[in-house]
Amino acid sequence: MSSRDVVLARVRQALTDVPRGEGPDGPPVARDYRRVHGSRTRAQTVELLAENLADYRAIVHRTDAEGLPGLIGRLLAERGARTVLVPPGLDASWTAGADVTRVEDRVSSTPHELDAVDSVLTGCAVAIAETGTLVLDADPDQGRRRITLVPDRHLCVVRVPGQVVGSVPEALPRLAPDRPLTWISGPSATSDIELDRVEGVHGPRTLEVILLTADEEEETG
Amino acid sequence: MSGTYLGMPAFPRAAAASTRDTQLRANLTHATRTIRDKRAKAVAELDDWAQLRAAGAAVKDRTLRHLDHYLEQLEAAVIAAGGQVHWAVDADEANRIVTRLVRETGETEVVKVKSMATQEIGLNEALAEAGIRAYETDLAELIVQLGHDLPSHILVPAIHRNRSEIRDIFRREMASWGRPAPDGLTDSPAELAEAARLHLREKFLSAKVGISGANFMVAETGTLVVVESEGNGRMCLTLPETLISVVGIEKVVPAWQDLEVFLQLLPRSSTAERMNPYTSTWTGTTDGDGPQTFHLVLLDNGRTDTLADTVGRQALRCIRCSACLNVCPVYERAGGHAYGSPYPGPIGAILTPQLRGLAGSLEASLPYASSLCGACYEVCPVAIDIPEVLVHLRERVVEGGPVTRGGARTVLRPARGHAAERATMRAAGWAFDHPGVLRAGMRLAARTRRLHPRRLPGPGRAWSRTRDLPAVPAESFRDWWQRTRGTSPKHEGGGK
Amino acid sequence: MRVALFVTCINDALHPRTGQAVVTLLERLGVEVDFPVEQSCCGQPQFNTGYRHATEPLVRRFDRAFRDYEYVVTPSGSCAAMVRDNYPRIGAKAAAEGRGRGLVDAAAVAVPKMYELTEFLVDVLKVEDVGACYPHTVTYHPTCHGLRMLGLGDRPRRLLEHVEGLELRELPGAEECCGFGGTFAVKNPAVSAAMGADKVRHILGTGAEAVCTVDNSCLLHIGGTLTRQGATVRPVHIAEILASTEGSPW
Repeated sequence: MSSRDVVLARVRQALTDVPRGEGPDGPPVARDYRRVHGSRTRAQTVELLAENLADYRAIVHRTDAEGLPGLIGRLLAERGARTVLVPPGLDASWTAGADVTRVEDRVSSTPHELDAVDSVLTGCAVAIAETGTLVLDADPDQGRRRITLVPDRHLCVVRVPGQVVGSVPEALPRLAPDRPLTWISGPSATSDIELDRVEGVHGPRTLEVILLTADEEEETG
Repeated sequence: MSGTYLGMPAFPRAAAASTRDTQLRANLTHATRTIRDKRAKAVAELDDWAQLRAAGAAVKDRTLRHLDHYLEQLEAAVIAAGGQVHWAVDADEANRIVTRLVRETGETEVVKVKSMATQEIGLNEALAEAGIRAYETDLAELIVQLGHDLPSHILVPAIHRNRSEIRDIFRREMASWGRPAPDGLTDSPAELAEAARLHLREKFLSAKVGISGANFMVAETGTLVVVESEGNGRMCLTLPETLISVVGIEKVVPAWQDLEVFLQLLPRSSTAERMNPYTSTWTGTTDGDGPQTFHLVLLDNGRTDTLADTVGRQALRCIRCSACLNVCPVYERAGGHAYGSPYPGPIGAILTPQLRGLAGSLEASLPYASSLCGACYEVCPVAIDIPEVLVHLRERVVEGGPVTRGGARTVLRPARGHAAERATMRAAGWAFDHPGVLRAGMRLAARTRRLHPRRLPGPGRAWSRTRDLPAVPAESFRDWWQRTRGTSPKHEGGGK
Repeated sequence: MRVALFVTCINDALHPRTGQAVVTLLERLGVEVDFPVEQSCCGQPQFNTGYRHATEPLVRRFDRAFRDYEYVVTPSGSCAAMVRDNYPRIGAKAAAEGRGRGLVDAAAVAVPKMYELTEFLVDVLKVEDVGACYPHTVTYHPTCHGLRMLGLGDRPRRLLEHVEGLELRELPGAEECCGFGGTFAVKNPAVSAAMGADKVRHILGTGAEAVCTVDNSCLLHIGGTLTRQGATVRPVHIAEILASTEGSPW
């Protein structure tokens, strides 16, 4: 018998108390928890996102399509960034106002090469207001998982309100499980020393979130 | 503290030593109280916590009741997504599998995400014997590893160390593992975290093999989930070419949608955050992104034996949040090492004796490592009735009974060393069932009460070393009742 | 209304005054109290130490003693919780072993009639002001089983707040276990003592004259620790405070 067969046989033997007729869908699970906590307009949901991002030490900016290149240029210049990592599908106009070298995200790049880059600029897939979370799903405007991990600073553009959901239950159906996902809530942190929270451990030390108001989105409650 | 849990004394002895360690007590009290209050606030933010908790328990129960189905579904989905699946009946087999997989890559160094399962099987020691060096990358695990120490908490393995102890460990040990600690390192948590970042970054950037556990595995999609804070997890899960994940079979959940429950329950219960800084999910391998070789090692190691106990199996719902440790008055005073396994605190007291069996003296002492105050059950996000399981396991210790070990059903004999207690309990039980005898005993005690000592010899010393004995009254309640009221009418259909 | 008093073995042997206080209090509130003499112990010490089978005769005895009463009142959160939470388990486990005829029924009959004193006062009699007078400073320690197994909530506090002359002092870390835990106190004496010492430190810090609980078992441990330290704080059961009046102080 293979170990697989041994383990599965032990599982079945352990479960002789489960009625034969009960299928894997039983017993039913009551899903009477909330889909979202509280009722908010779309604008209020965006406000909550901004509030919770800031609460976990992300730096939040707001702009529209017209102001975006200028804002990105200013943010990169402020920190003296000379290089910025960009995923292949990132709108080229976003970095038009930045006086920095664009570094492409290539499969052949080594981690050491990525380590030499100052900042990384990406879009995102979904942002969750209740938890202040950004979810990246490796879409062309977000790139490979590692590019938002190795550089010291991550600039992430969220299209509001279109990409913003209220809660975790609202986020999951919008995400594809077969893609590698990275859920980000603030900069990396640890509480391992006396349960005292410190930001900036192995991931980016700084997370800057740009809430980009989309022109075509109608603000409706 | 040596680097192994083997041959540790039974809980009461180890715990007694911990209660005398004032530094340890101070460290633990400070840390657990800090997190306790934060957790309560994070949980209070959600007005549907009770429903989430019930759903979390129900999802886990459903999975456990059909674990064979979900494991096979998971395996098929992982393979379809480009991963390879291995099954390990016990720790030795899991260690052999992982060692072989690392050897096949030709590498002699691996980076590790914090993983309870690999602690449980002693993977680092097994790899070391095969000439493979495993670097722990979670800050607390690094502190433990550099300090030649053992984890003492599920979430914060170095909770027993304070900042100045950590600084001393970094100064003393970092150089022999890689980049030394910066000159003039102080004990500020921010500086210590920075020292760890610099020390580990060179390892992350050149690592070819990563080893992890997982918080959840989704059967329908073959997706694994790792919940973390520091980014060391992301480093290990995405930079190496090969990823090996060792996961207990109970970590499976049926569906993608189920994560909506657990990704709310876990961060708030564990680190007391709305959401932890980083959560990674991956399904098999992805072309051009992350490890191109993925191995999943499914671990039994006593879990199916635990599953066979209809009362005890609820321990397998555990999502390793550590909320029960942080509210446990016994853990706070005994410290994690007294529990003799990587699973300390209340959950350890019910998990370890079930995973390993009750034969050892440490394991047999663990179900008694509790005052049954119930604080653990109250905060458990998946509603594990830990006191119920503790009492159930106590019964197995003193009365024996049916158990499953290594997949075989046997009848456990009552543990040795409880003979006097058993006799006392039987005598008491008999006396309580014979009120005449009971009353005579009380009267005798009342008549001799002037002779009673305030301190007891022998086994009673355990009580009277720190506490006075109660004084015996001149008259029992029932004698007072009889003297003042006469015997009460026995059956007169009263009270209707 | 007629109720049966389940005095509990600890109170019967060591704290008869608590039982007397319950009788006095309930009679003052117009309730007729019976004391069925065949009662003994709820079986908690045996059950919680692992001797489940030794508790079965005590479940039957409880059933025999109280079968004819609609209400059974006990001055013990712990013993009430034993009956309500564990009697059904004892019945179910015995049934699963194919033995213990009648235990399931005995438990089912016992559970709905079992009331801890403060529950009975607030939920059944619907009184919070029982006309008591106790002119002392008191700190209240909510015992674990009353707090978490029975869910007594703030019932004891509401009763205490209505007592004339009583000044309630907040107990820091009130909801932490005092470390008694039945046989835990002798199986893990070091940890139990450390927990007791912390509890006593908090009690002394309040400056209260008395510490009050709904369980004399925990008070044994707290009181024994207090007197060993030479403290003069008086451990007192809530029934004795509620039974006390201006004309007849307890």
